[in-house]
Amino acid sequence: MLIKSPKEYHLKDASVTEEKIYYQRRHLLKQMGFLGAGTLLSSAISQNASASFFSNDEKPTFKTTPLTYAQDKQNQTLTKTPEQKVISHNNFYEFGAKKNEPIELSQAFKVEPWKLTISGECDRPITLDYDDLTKMFPLEERIYRLRCVEAWSMVIPWIGFSLADLLKKVAPNSKAKYVAFETLYDPEQMPGQGNRRLGGGIHYPYVEGLRIDEAMNPLTLMSVGLYGKTLPPQNGAPIRLVVPWKYGFKSIKSIVGIKLIEHQPPTTWNQLAAKEYGFYANVNPEHDHPRWSQASERQITTGGLFTRNRIATLPFNGYSEEVAELYKGMDLSKYY
Amino acid sequence: MIKNNTKIILLKVLIHLGALLPLVNLYFLAFNDQLGADPVETVIHFTGIGALNLLLMTLCVSPLAKIAKQGYLLQTRRVLGLYAYTYAVFHLLNFLAFEVQFDVKLFLSEVIKRPYITVGMLAFLLLTALAITSIDKLKRKMGKSWQRLHNTSYIIVLLVCVHFYWSVKSELTSPGLYFLMAIVLLLYRYKKIKGLVLKKFS
Repeated sequence: MLIKSPKEYHLKDASVTEEKIYYQRRHLLKQMGFLGAGTLLSSAISQNASASFFSNDEKPTFKTTPLTYAQDKQNQTLTKTPEQKVISHNNFYEFGAKKNEPIELSQAFKVEPWKLTISGECDRPITLDYDDLTKMFPLEERIYRLRCVEAWSMVIPWIGFSLADLLKKVAPNSKAKYVAFETLYDPEQMPGQGNRRLGGGIHYPYVEGLRIDEAMNPLTLMSVGLYGKTLPPQNGAPIRLVVPWKYGFKSIKSIVGIKLIEHQPPTTWNQLAAKEYGFYANVNPEHDHPRWSQASERQITTGGLFTRNRIATLPFNGYSEEVAELYKGMDLSKYY
Repeated sequence: MIKNNTKIILLKVLIHLGALLPLVNLYFLAFNDQLGADPVETVIHFTGIGALNLLLMTLCVSPLAKIAKQGYLLQTRRVLGLYAYTYAVFHLLNFLAFEVQFDVKLFLSEVIKRPYITVGMLAFLLLTALAITSIDKLKRKMGKSWQRLHNTSYIIVLLVCVHFYWSVKSELTSPGLYFLMAIVLLLYRYKKIKGLVLKKFS
């Protein structure tokens, strides 16, 4: 018998707009006759200025393809962040440091061919190519909460496989204490890497790391898709990491290298501001960012300005049961 | 030849439209969830940058009037300054209503604990004093001390630049450019400011 016990983060979704209605919102507005005025004025702000008023050029959109996967049965009741918001609000400085820039500047990104090399302290290093990413392991859906270090959050249905499955394949040796990840470095395709203003002044290529036991935890996901389809570039195509109990910046995107190593690897945000971003970066409501509180967060779902979406942040983002054990005896205010 | 009076009226109409239309548009889109995935962040940033832009424009008025020898331009200074304040009010209200969502305890602790918010709040309070004393009656009543109070606009613009610089995660180019603009405008008043500082400390 399947006993379902709701987790502390399982929200009731009665108060939230249905996705169907959310997608009709433009139509509804048009019916009310507001859209005309809105369109004329919106150029001043041009938040979503993909198509300007004066040009009919349709910009090419990156093609995603449907995936076959096993559903996440446990978390279907979670209120998901609408797909349109998940793919248009991104911190991916390689394609611009403003959150609306990645969707604009990444659509021509080429993911085929792709090479992902897993090497270092292991017996059978391998290199995966593009097809291997979605075919080597059975794919499953994982509906995870994503908590950004900037105190906003989303709920995203990822598709992928456990990093542990991939690591077992290369047979790590006894020296493999850490796992280092690296994003593609290609300034021609990733304009942020070649332009300080666009790229937000961080060091490229983006690098991240996990302790081996964190990497082997069943929650740690290699994601190749979201909302049933392959990842769009702004979300880290063709393959990215998702570590749901850590702040979003740990979940490195568009990965080309995974290396098993003996010592703790450098990580990008930690290099930039060590006092603000630690190596562990576990979600911790008790440990504030020096410039803002981490005790609560705004959960981005549907609705405009008046949505009361501030919720309490949970230790390990609500995944204590699965991961708190990993940090037993560690002073989490020191190893933040 | 258009009379100066007509020019002022035209200019003021432009200022009203230029300041109000973007605000109306912003909130219209935000209330309808048409402002990207996180309208809260967008309205906070838009009104904050808007306030700083207007503040810098206010500081441009007297150098422009002098260089162009068009004294009537000075009459646009108050309305620009008041719009800078209006944007600052919206900026603060956005933070209170949409970011911390009326969690007053969180609001106060953020103002006290986060230096960049403390600095922003200080600038806001000073700006409030300037806005209130912009009423003609008060101005007359205050006599010479009015000018002294309104000289704090030089400090305010620097505080706002610090607030912006401190608030960003890593991209320092645009706050840097704003700093540069503020410094240029203050350097233009080098003699006056030097005089003020010397008077204070001698």
